[in-house]
This record gives sequence, structure tokens and C-alpha cells, in this order.
Amino acid sequence: MIEIDRITRLYNGVPAVDAVTMTVETGTVTVIVGTSGSGKTTLLRMINRLEEPSSGEVRINGESTLTIKPHILRRRIGYAIQGHGLFPHHTVARNIGAVPELLNWSADKISARVDELLRLFSMEPATFRNRYPGELSGGQQQRVGVARALASRPDLLLMDEPFGALDPVIRTRAQDDLRRIQKQLGSTIILVTHDMEEAIRLADRVAVMDSGQLVQHGTPAEIITRPATEFVADMVGRVERPLRLLSLVPVSELVEEGVAEGEALPVDASLRDALSVCLWTGRAAVPVEQDGVLVGRVTFEAIRARARAHP
Amino acid sequence: MNAKGSAGALSAPGILFAVLGLAAMLAPFMTLAANRIVAGDAIVAWRLAEPGVTLPGLLSLAAGLALGLLAAWPRIRMAGAALGLAGLFWLLMAGTPHLLAGAGEYARVSPAAGFWCLLAVFILLMSDALGNLAPGPLARAALLIAALAALTLVLWSGALSDLSIMQEYAGRKPAFIDAFVRHLGLAFGSLAIAGVIGFPLGILCHRRAQLRGAILPVLSFLQTIPSLAMFGLMIPILGWVGQTVPGAQSIGIAGIGFAPAFLALVFYSLLPVVGNTVAGLAAAPPVAIEAARGMGMTQRQRLLRVELPLGLPVILTGVRIVLVQNIGLAVIAGLIGGGGFGTFVFQGLNQTATDLILLGALPTVMLALVAAIAMDILVDLVRTTPEATA
Repeated sequence: MIEIDRITRLYNGVPAVDAVTMTVETGTVTVIVGTSGSGKTTLLRMINRLEEPSSGEVRINGESTLTIKPHILRRRIGYAIQGHGLFPHHTVARNIGAVPELLNWSADKISARVDELLRLFSMEPATFRNRYPGELSGGQQQRVGVARALASRPDLLLMDEPFGALDPVIRTRAQDDLRRIQKQLGSTIILVTHDMEEAIRLADRVAVMDSGQLVQHGTPAEIITRPATEFVADMVGRVERPLRLLSLVPVSELVEEGVAEGEALPVDASLRDALSVCLWTGRAAVPVEQDGVLVGRVTFEAIRARARAHP
Repeated sequence: MNAKGSAGALSAPGILFAVLGLAAMLAPFMTLAANRIVAGDAIVAWRLAEPGVTLPGLLSLAAGLALGLLAAWPRIRMAGAALGLAGLFWLLMAGTPHLLAGAGEYARVSPAAGFWCLLAVFILLMSDALGNLAPGPLARAALLIAALAALTLVLWSGALSDLSIMQEYAGRKPAFIDAFVRHLGLAFGSLAIAGVIGFPLGILCHRRAQLRGAILPVLSFLQTIPSLAMFGLMIPILGWVGQTVPGAQSIGIAGIGFAPAFLALVFYSLLPVVGNTVAGLAAAPPVAIEAARGMGMTQRQRLLRVELPLGLPVILTGVRIVLVQNIGLAVIAGLIGGGGFGTFVFQGLNQTATDLILLGALPTVMLALVAAIAMDILVDLVRTTPEATA
């Protein structure tokens, strides 16, 4: 559990982060969203003490980070940033093994861990171990950057706009990968972004920052349906609001008996996907399948009713 | 493919070299003087000896220039340059005994303007062809060693020992070796001291912008002091130190001699060393530094694992600048009794003995050239990582 306790950072007397208190449960993804200058990156950087808090403290599993030397603390916390920050003169293997090397792991252990991570990110170790970052595509560089941040099995992974430099298609794939790997490893992640779409896709909890203050902290559904301030409502977007809400609900929730024409959607597709198919094909229902077997359908009516059923 | 199309095309530098080379072939190739002081008679290449002896040399010069025209085949241009150089030395070796025969006991023969111009032309042709071939650092090292071996062989064989400059050398063997050691001591010793001071200073300047703002202008100012003035300034300063500080004189600190020359060279070395260290350390991508900090590297680990390896090519380029600069500047040390090849240059100037000047100048040029090429090879060897795309 990560407890952020009334943490404040002043620049020339002006607070960039103003008494933010927030708790992050182990094994969850928290996404901090805000416009530029909202203090979201400063808040993130105070967790691994790249910025020193002016007051307040952060506790990781009850232990105050102020009691640990900053560089020792940072070796326990994964850190992935926009533009990946890979070392251009080191191979992929050496980049991924950087933190284990700092922690004096044995060469065999580092090598085994590097291969394990490369496979986790669908990169064949034999092909990629000895390449240099300059020889990789943007998406591959970003995956190596995240693999490096996970290498020492950190208590916590901090990510600062990790997908910001990727094109939209690769970004979506990278987000799906991150979600899959996080579920598999049970990692605790705090991620900063300015993109509400990304926040809703990835987050268990969304924290919205505005002018240095935490204005709302809740599940994506809460943020969409009960925005605490005008600012949060603007961030979600009034036009996108119903679609964002539907994107959170899997079709399995509304599946009913019956048949429908057309190509079937998997049960873990979202209601937004189903709605899109209905609108595009002009049909009133979409068939749903699970592991290649038809299990029923979801109707346009039901989707509409579900969208209205917000509190 | 396009070889056929470009085979007909002539290399633009090749044309220039051919024109310059042909003109130089008309210029006096050697001079014959009654003794080492007086001006000699100029002799053109085809009058050096009987036509049967000079013709092969002249033909290989012309052939070398012609081969240098073929833009599409850098290897053949390379061979042309080698052929031309061989022709030059052939003419030199053939001409020397022929001219000296019956010319008197004190007669001296020397290469003249034509020889030097052709030498420059063929060396330029060779480096132009090399530039097109773009050989790797190891191939360049092999070429450098081969060229030095060839030169050593020619000098060792004694085929040139009747040339005036070699006679000057023959009379001064111990002094020459002493000057060589002194020259290396001045150039490399001052570089070593500048490194010991300059690298840590560069690292400090990299970390503290205020220090950088204060140090770099001072070093730039030192660099602008003309070398003669700098050596002159050292005389009263070190003279005073030698007389007032106890024990200073016993370790060789005095107004003239090795110490002031050495110190002046150290001063000249500091700007390139510090400046390139700062530039090299700043060359690491900021996101990589941020990542290194974020993963828990200490300042020292960031320096050793990220900043220094990434900045090494730029830092070594600074060392190269210093080395070449100091080998040249150390000549001036001869003026204040610092030793080195400058001794011969200034002795030769006083005696108006051109070949004695050359005995100091030619080894200096060779040394600087070899140092520059060797350092370039080293810089390429440490630049082993592909460029980052981000």
C-alpha cells in the first residue's frame, strides 16, 4: 500500500502540488490525469524523490520514504518515462538488466530475468538481447523501457506519460500489453497522463489533478458519472461521456438469449464496441461468442438502457 | 550498373591534382649547392641523370596523376598515389649520386620546390582516395603502420643518406635523439598534466553552470595569447619563482628551459580538454540521464556508466586537438632553451642553413600527422554504438 500524506511542493512560495493525500492499494493501477502544469508529474516525481517534498511524506507499506536514501529508494521503485530514456550505448539486455546490476544480482540471474521479461513483452530474446536501442522501432523501444522498469520486481512502478511518444495504433497495443502484464504480475502502478481516454482504459482508480490539487479520486465509472467539479466534467468531455461509460462495461453484462445476424463479438468486448457495430451495420442486435461458441446476443435497446442507468 | 556510366567521369579533385602535378613537374626538382650555406642551382627532374634513369621515374609520376583521374575506382586512385610516391623517391635516389659525382667535397643536394609540391599532391590524392574508400579504423591503422614501415625502410636503406638533410642528421645523431625525446616529453607530458587538471575541472564545470561560466572564458583568454608572448611571459614569472621558492631551482624551475615551455603548453591545452569534456558530457540524451537518476544511479554511477561512455568520442577529439597543437607549439620551446625539434629550427635560422631547419620541421610535421591519424582511429574505435533514434 502506498500512502501519500498531505504532500506539498512549493516553487518560489507557489505550490505546484498542494497538500495531496491519496492511498494506492497494492496490485492496482492508479492513473493521475491533469492538464499540463497541474502538478501531476511533480506529484509522481515526489514518490521516488526525484523531487523533494516541501512538506508531507509518502509511505510505502508503512515505511516513510524520507527514511531511505533517495538512490536506494529509487532502485526499489520502477520508473518509465516518455521517450523511454534507454541508454543508446548499451544493448537491450544491458538496458533491461540495469537496475538488477545496481542491486548486484549475479550475472546468471540477470540474464534469466532479461529473457523472461523479453518473452513477457513478446520479443524473442535470441533476436533482441544484443541489439542496440537505435536498432529498434519506437514501440519496441517503449516495451524495453517498461521491461527495464520492471526488471527488479519493484514494489511500485511509476510511469510518466510512457506512451506519449507512440503513434495511436501502437499506443493502444502498448496499453493492452501493460494491462495484461500488470494483471499477470500483480504490479502496483501509478501512471501520469493528460489523456482521459488512456486513464479510463488503464485505471482501477483515476486521480484528477487541477492547479496542484487533487480534485477527485475514484473509479473510472465514478469520475464519468459523478464528476466532482466542472473541471473533471470537462476533462471527461460531455460529448464523450456516455461512450466512455459504455467502454467500461463488458458485453457479458448484458448478454441475453437469442440470435442476431452478423459477425460475433467476444464477451470481453465493451458495450461501446457493440454500440459501434449496431450503428455501423444498422442492426438492432449483435451476436456474442465465447471461445468461438455463440452464447447469445446484445441488443441496441439494452445498450441504450444501460447508458441511461447511471446514477 | 552505374559503373559504366561513371567510368568515363573524371574525378574533380583528380583533375586539380593532375594540373598541379604536371605544373610541379616543370619546376626545379632538386638543387645542387657548393656547400650547406649558399643558394644552389636548380635542376629540373629530367636533367637529374641520364634519360634511361629519369624516364621510369617521370613516367610513374605521370601515370600516377592519370590514374588519380578515375573517379569510379578509388582503389586504382590509391594505387596511382602510391606509384607517384614511388616515382618521387626513385628520382630522388637516382638524382643524388649523379649530381654529387664530381661536384666537390662540400657539395650538397636537396629536394626542391618541384619535389615538395609533387609530394603534397600525391599525399592529397591518397587521402582523397582514402576518403572515398572509407576504410574502418583497423584498416586505417594497418595502412598507417605500412606507410611508416615503408618510410623507415627507405631511410634505413641509406639510399637517401647523401641528401643534405640526412647529412645534417648524420652530424647530429645524439642531439637529434635527445631533441626527439624532449619534443615527445613536452607534447605528451603537457597533455598528461592538462588531462589530470582538465578532466576533473571539466566534470565540475559540467555539474555547475556557474563554475562553467567563470572557467571557460578564462581558458579562452589564455588560448588567445600568442605563443611567443606566452613563452616570453613565462620567463620572468618562472624566473622569479625559481629564485624565491626554496628548492624550485633544484627541480629545474627557472626562467628559461624546459619548465616555462612545459607550463605554457599546459595552459594552451586546458581549453580544448575542459571544453570538450564539458561538451562530451552534455552530449548524453537528457531522457537517458533522467532515466538513470530515476532508476537509482548515484551521480558517480551516472558519470561512469552513461555520461562518460557517451561523451568519450568528443572528449578524445579534444585530446587529439591538444596533441596536434602541442606537437606544433613545442617547436617554439626551442627559442627559450626548452629543447625539442625547435632547437634545430632556430639553429638553422641563425646559420641560414635551410636543411637544418628542415631537420627540425619535417619530423615535427610527421609526428603531428601520425598523432592526428592515430587519434582519429582511436576516436572511431570508441564510437562503437549505433546512433540513438530518439
